[in-house]
Amino acid sequence: MQNGSKTKPLKVVGKPFRKVDARAKCTGQTKFADDIFLPRMLYCKILRSHEPHALIKKIDIAKALALPGVISIITGRDLPISYGILPVSQDEHALCIDKVRFIGDPVAAVAAIDEDVAFDAMNLIEVEYERLQTISSIEEGLMVEEPRIHDYGDGGNVHKKVSLEFGDVDEGFAQADLVREDTFFYEGNTHLPMEQHAAVAYFDTDEKLTLWSSTQTPHYVHRALAKVLEMPASHIRVIATPNGGGFGGKSDPFNHEVVVSKLAIISGRPVKCTLTREEVFYCHRGRHPVLMHVKTGVKKDGAITAMHFTSFLDGGAYGSYGVASTFYTGALQTVTYDVPRYKFQGARVFTNKPPCGPKRGHGTPQPRYALEVHLDKIAEELNLDPAKIRKAHLVKPNSVTANYLRIGSMGLGACIDKVVEGSDWKNKFVWNRDAAVPAADSERAGGMPAYQPADRKLPCGKGIGIACSSYICGAGLPIYWNNMPQSGVQLRLDRQGGVCVMCGSIDIGQGSDSILAYIVAEVLGIDPFDIRVVTADTDLTPVDLGSYSSRVTLMTGNAAIQAAERARELLTLAVAEKLQAPIENISFAERRVFDVENPETGVTFAEAVVLAESKFGTIGTVGSYTPPRSPGKYKGAGVGPSPAYSYSAAVAEVDVDPATGIVTVERIWIAHDIGKSINPALVMGQVEGSVYMGLGEVLMEEMAYRANRNVVHKFPSMLEYKSPTTMEMCDVKTYLIEDPDPNGPFGAKEVGQGPLLPVPPAIANAVYNAVGVRIDEIPITPEKVLKALREKDRGRNSRFGPESVPSIVWPEPLRVPTPAEGGDGRELPRVAVHS
Amino acid sequence: MQNGTKTKKHVSFTLNGESVEVAFAPHKTLLEVLREDLGLTGTKHGCELGECGTCTVLVDGRSILSCLMLGLDAEGREVTTIEGMADGAELHPLQQTFADLGAAQCGYCSPGFLLAAKELLERNSKPTRDEIKETLSGNLCRCTGYIKIYEAVELAAARMRGEEFELPRESVYGCE
Repeated sequence: MQNGSKTKPLKVVGKPFRKVDARAKCTGQTKFADDIFLPRMLYCKILRSHEPHALIKKIDIAKALALPGVISIITGRDLPISYGILPVSQDEHALCIDKVRFIGDPVAAVAAIDEDVAFDAMNLIEVEYERLQTISSIEEGLMVEEPRIHDYGDGGNVHKKVSLEFGDVDEGFAQADLVREDTFFYEGNTHLPMEQHAAVAYFDTDEKLTLWSSTQTPHYVHRALAKVLEMPASHIRVIATPNGGGFGGKSDPFNHEVVVSKLAIISGRPVKCTLTREEVFYCHRGRHPVLMHVKTGVKKDGAITAMHFTSFLDGGAYGSYGVASTFYTGALQTVTYDVPRYKFQGARVFTNKPPCGPKRGHGTPQPRYALEVHLDKIAEELNLDPAKIRKAHLVKPNSVTANYLRIGSMGLGACIDKVVEGSDWKNKFVWNRDAAVPAADSERAGGMPAYQPADRKLPCGKGIGIACSSYICGAGLPIYWNNMPQSGVQLRLDRQGGVCVMCGSIDIGQGSDSILAYIVAEVLGIDPFDIRVVTADTDLTPVDLGSYSSRVTLMTGNAAIQAAERARELLTLAVAEKLQAPIENISFAERRVFDVENPETGVTFAEAVVLAESKFGTIGTVGSYTPPRSPGKYKGAGVGPSPAYSYSAAVAEVDVDPATGIVTVERIWIAHDIGKSINPALVMGQVEGSVYMGLGEVLMEEMAYRANRNVVHKFPSMLEYKSPTTMEMCDVKTYLIEDPDPNGPFGAKEVGQGPLLPVPPAIANAVYNAVGVRIDEIPITPEKVLKALREKDRGRNSRFGPESVPSIVWPEPLRVPTPAEGGDGRELPRVAVHS
Repeated sequence: MQNGTKTKKHVSFTLNGESVEVAFAPHKTLLEVLREDLGLTGTKHGCELGECGTCTVLVDGRSILSCLMLGLDAEGREVTTIEGMADGAELHPLQQTFADLGAAQCGYCSPGFLLAAKELLERNSKPTRDEIKETLSGNLCRCTGYIKIYEAVELAAARMRGEEFELPRESVYGCE
């Protein structure tokens, strides 16, 4: 029985209530970080490096300091302590000290009486650089050992190398009827939240610091500030303001947050820094460019016997979440289709580009794209229907994968059924190996007659494709090692019947504040709009680790249920006593607490609180949530485990214009296994938003760099960084599959990230179905499609994509026997190798 | 910057139905004047370069990008911001439907979308889905995929015409 299911029938959960903050957002009342104006506030501008890789020889701030209106200027020497989101990658300084590592690296910061003065002063700071060789690509990162961008990592400019083998993969390949190998590349892209990052700091006369910031992770910012500022954390208060979009891009502690804090301490005045859109591109932490190779052995029916996945990540200039990202490119291949033996090798390199990190789907959209297109190719080689091959070999619910991920509920089969039926797949799909260009275009195709295969079901140029995916509902482990809960909720009930729910979680638009209200309202039988929600304030709210890894609904939801059930218990005892009714008869609904056998006999919710407060004293309860322990015990087992996994399947129908190469996505059918919708309207919004973001990634979005020096961002602006407008967004048909998970609150699983994952490969597969060219590189731009079509016309390889992956020396893999082989989740002892 | 260019200019205009007078440095955009000099932070910014539509306000009833208009040019004009969209305590039908249907997720682009949609409905009481798309194509939203926004505009338009309009069940609960 899942948490919260004692409450029946459901009055709030499953209903499309509006969000608790929706009206404020539609009337301009919501205060985002840049909306904060404090008396005597100073404005901060950060001077950023225009060199991609250089030693800082000298910084002269004299002219800038002399400018009237300038209050303070700081450089790296003022903030010598390093920080970073992961304990293993404390490689950032708020302002660079000796060296800059990418164009946009912060060098000095000015606080001035207004933004114009700060800007002018910033431009008066003189920095002398000594250029170093730049490292601009995965290949260079692997090959160029000196100069090193960082002096830590796995040698040269390799940040991290991972090598894991679960079961004997070679034996698996030997058992296969077909072994196929493919190579893919997924270009980097960025979050592009509409709100530019902003932070305001204030240091009061009691020497306490308050930071308001558009951050997804106030708790981690709190920890980083205490470290870098060398202040007790108890003197620092971090308030995360509502995020104007996050998508993972506001999950690191950022230099501007540290800088305004320091400037506030120095000046004794409030200091604000709002990044320009250009600076947001440099902040980045977006999707890693990943070069991938996948080798899979299958039986004739498509059953996988073994898989070997290799990924190379272009990490950019800093660690960020990169070690976790690297593991994530290899972790979730095993949770959709049964993979009995699995090997993963991954390497992340440093390059002189804006640092990559977590973007919606963190490290998994790239391998998912590769895997799902690869599987499509396998299905074609075996002449199997790509929907059927997927459905026939699903991971079983309540099982443990070869890499020790514990699967709970698993609704992917139902998802596949829905999109297959909804899209009329059976009447549209057929392998179109010779999918021809339309007749009208045959002249361009070298005068060849238009060829329509006899069994083609869709008109030429139109195609259909399918893909599936899965995502975690919260990371099993916190970012820094500890035994404490990942999420805490505190409830305060006042004698007038008011309920305040306090939690460290931060609403980034996904509706996490509302989820708290809905769940507490459900358990206490009140209206969600009766509840006051206080979130993301390290002085007032218990810790929640933040809005990342799709963890918030599951973890805060479970903590909220616990806190609310504890409050209900107190009220139940008091009301039962008053009504002289058995405890088990006491029920909560419609703002009343009453005897179920005699519903007229009862008290109002407010009276119930008075009774409870009279009996027990002030009513406050807490709840917390710690994910279950993962069965994996090997080194590297920390990335991938989750209390539950969501599943999605998508079918895309596309139109490809062979004259221009333009791909138009006409419709996406997507089914998502949500477990249980806490609010279906919000779930729909997350699915549609995920489809939108996946559409942008597959068709147009890319962090591109100029060819001349390859490390200058090509277009750090919203005009040139193409993202879908209303004119590009496709029609979406959504299906919600409810298969409650025992670990989810009321059975709920995540929806914020998972539905993005099947979109790029479904579209890539549909493009192939439409015009017979494989675009094994994201984004699928018109140029790539045209190039592949021209090659096809000439009778050459009709595939566009990387030819190979670099050959490097991998560490001896950590060998872990699988559960099927009787493994206990630990690696085998290393065998000494004598050479 | 030369000091001379910082001498404040005095400008009068109608803001959300009330006359205002404000003095500011002449290079400031209407966006900056609204947010910094008049304290109306409901108007947001996403690029300050005219690329994203987030800072949309109405000037004499037409939607404009307030980051591209000088504050000086507001002299004598009628400016409507998100703060002036509701009729007192009564939300504009668009504000109600945006809130109720989840057309505002993070809500940062919502003021711009709401004002652009308001202008549309004032000149076209029954826009088609394609007309809505075209009108809103200058406003970027990264959260919603736009679909809930279209539905909110359609529902508000129907209500403003006084028509009964049932949102399809699949918009809220998904397809059967």
